[in-house]
Amino acid sequence: MNFEFSDDQKQLRDQARRFLAEKCPPKTVRAVLEGKEAYDKALWKGLAEMGFLGVAIPEEFGGTGAGHLELCVIAEEMGRALAPVPFSSTVYLAAEALMLAGSDAQKQKWLPKIASGEAIGTLALFEGTGNPSAKAVKLTAANGVLNGVKKPVADGAIADFAIVAARTGTSGRETDIALYLVDLKGGGVEAKTLTNLDPSRNQAELTFKDCKAEPLGAASEGWSILSRVLDRAAVLLAFEQVGGADRALEMGRDYALDRIAFGRPIGSFQAVKHILADMYVAATLARSNCYYGAWALSTNAGELPEAAATARISATQAFQHCAKQNIQVHGGMGFTWEFDCHLYYRRSNALALSLGSLSYWEDQLIERMRKKNAA
Amino acid sequence: MNFDDTPQEAAFRAEARKWVEANAPKEYEAELSQASLGRITLKKGDMVEVGKAWQKKKADAGWACLSWPKEYGGRGATPIEKVIWQQEEGVYGKLTQPFQIGEGMCGPTVMAFGNEDDKRRRLPKLASGEEIWCQLFSEPAGGSDVAGLRTRAERDGDDWIVNGQKIWTSGAHYADWGLLITRTDPNVPKHKGLTMFFLDMKSKGVEVKPIKQANGMQEFNEVYFTDVRIPDSQRLGNVGDGWNVSLTTLMNERMSIGSRLATGFPEIFAFCSELMTDDGLAIDDSAVRSKLADWAVKSSGLKYTAYRSLSALSRGERPGPENSIGKLVAGTMVQDIAAFAMDLQGAAGVITDPAAADAAGRFQAMWLGSPGMRIAGGTDEILRNIIAERVLGLPGDIRVDKDVPFNKIPTKGR
Repeated sequence: MNFEFSDDQKQLRDQARRFLAEKCPPKTVRAVLEGKEAYDKALWKGLAEMGFLGVAIPEEFGGTGAGHLELCVIAEEMGRALAPVPFSSTVYLAAEALMLAGSDAQKQKWLPKIASGEAIGTLALFEGTGNPSAKAVKLTAANGVLNGVKKPVADGAIADFAIVAARTGTSGRETDIALYLVDLKGGGVEAKTLTNLDPSRNQAELTFKDCKAEPLGAASEGWSILSRVLDRAAVLLAFEQVGGADRALEMGRDYALDRIAFGRPIGSFQAVKHILADMYVAATLARSNCYYGAWALSTNAGELPEAAATARISATQAFQHCAKQNIQVHGGMGFTWEFDCHLYYRRSNALALSLGSLSYWEDQLIERMRKKNAA
Repeated sequence: MNFDDTPQEAAFRAEARKWVEANAPKEYEAELSQASLGRITLKKGDMVEVGKAWQKKKADAGWACLSWPKEYGGRGATPIEKVIWQQEEGVYGKLTQPFQIGEGMCGPTVMAFGNEDDKRRRLPKLASGEEIWCQLFSEPAGGSDVAGLRTRAERDGDDWIVNGQKIWTSGAHYADWGLLITRTDPNVPKHKGLTMFFLDMKSKGVEVKPIKQANGMQEFNEVYFTDVRIPDSQRLGNVGDGWNVSLTTLMNERMSIGSRLATGFPEIFAFCSELMTDDGLAIDDSAVRSKLADWAVKSSGLKYTAYRSLSALSRGERPGPENSIGKLVAGTMVQDIAAFAMDLQGAAGVITDPAAADAAGRFQAMWLGSPGMRIAGGTDEILRNIIAERVLGLPGDIRVDKDVPFNKIPTKGR
């Protein structure tokens, strides 16, 4: 049994952690949060130079071809640092969709630009309230022309291209849904930034008016491709969440060691210790489940749908719990703008709600376990 | 990242599997498979006698107490080999329950502190199941606060005379030997006046009384000592050093990773998959799904946490602290799962009669027994303290009795 990252992968983690500690301290996150820029362009460029954007993209398409375990390692560090860049949209969603279903020409056009940091991509799926569902897709595609509105689209106002879920028929089946690739700079799309819980990341509404688009993958397989993309992205996002959870736990632990009240460090009170112990439990369960997800993702195992839902639920719970309780351990100072606790609190919920919320993944997990048991 | 054995591990597994296949008491397989939580009773035989026969057979073939040295009845196996053995032993591992305290706690302590004669006399018989050991630590006045124990041992020539009472002793009613911690000096602070011994449980003055638990079962005992004589040669470690000796015992307990904790998740998933309600199958209800999913990821998280520790063992490293979460998570899960299953049963959830109750009353039995899981072997609160102090590095609690002579510590609240 070797259920652990390799020494090379651990070295990559250390390298990424050092890089982000230098290039992405909390003040970098705050600059975006406070609206000084839409994302941190210098950090984005640096990530490209380090090869982190193309870590799972094959060398023939401009990546380093290292693989998905390496991408999991980077994702965890991005989550720890709350990196204010469109990494998840571009790398977990757009690049994964292209690698799964793109034509050779589409891959040649976009993947090298993703790896080099020249292109930001995203997935335009949601149309208002609700979780991933074929029925909820109303935006229409006819003769390669899209009409409709998508919101929220993560990083929609800063993206160069989007993978768009569109309706091509009204049979009521999932085969009515097709995926399209849209160059957002090519006209026919209007992007409007929406204020959101975590302003260190962009959320937008995209309005498509007679917008020209090219199909991505077979027309009838849109939903099936999308489901696979969501599973893959769920594992990667879960690593970001575990990175955030661990950092929030460390912040709480460090504060409990430093802060003196009633003549002793507050970390010597059992009421505070038990909060932190429960945070450790949640973070540990989530990490172990994420490793299972990483194994399934990197080996394309048949267990991926179940493993992805498991990792996603566990990591969502852990990050939300740790970010929330970190503020509690900090007391009043944790509720100030000045302290960084709220950055983690905001990000924990923003990540929990993207890609389908907790209740969606809970439902998916039980459905998938039932199917496996029935089979 | 993979779940595969190394070639050496695979060879070891194949050998173990072949031996279990050829030698296991298959007549008990079905009963052992069904038993998931709580004490096991066998219809066709006495649990301890069947267990002893299986342990002896294993010992004769070199499959008992695998990680112990060969001269003391073990195999000299690596930690990962021990885990592989446990996986291959499968349901028959449940038969080893009477010997686990001996193998995991008493034996290693004797090995570390006993004299060579005693080690050669006692340990092989412990390994082969011919002699069963129990651990006599907890007392009415010293549960979580083990060092607050009051059982006295006083020197008398080459012997010690013991008076006092222990409690929560598993298996004392069938044990041959016991590991006993006593107070030998009440005039010094509590951790400094303790001394460890082992004793013959048939000694004059030892009286074992079963404890009837809140769930009606009897799994533990009280043990009374009245002028019990123990030769000084059966002292383990120096006089006054009993606390450090006990830490060795407890450390060995925490190193045992292979044992799989029952969570109740497979049972509740199966129950909800089959339970028909007015609105259809319970598992199709979104509120039920949400709870099941929460328990599913906890259960899976525990499984893969154990795999991470096994990976460290496989590389010949010490596992990290991650495994300390196991019982804390599982104890509450069992209690919550049992309560939820009964809630789904409505008014009928009150019935415990196996012939009339849903799922043969297993959730009712689980619920009645579950408070014990959150207490035995370290309460939830003590486990959280351990995680906070030893894993997260938070300061220890302020101990008001730390530098006070034991006989000056208050014994009454009000």
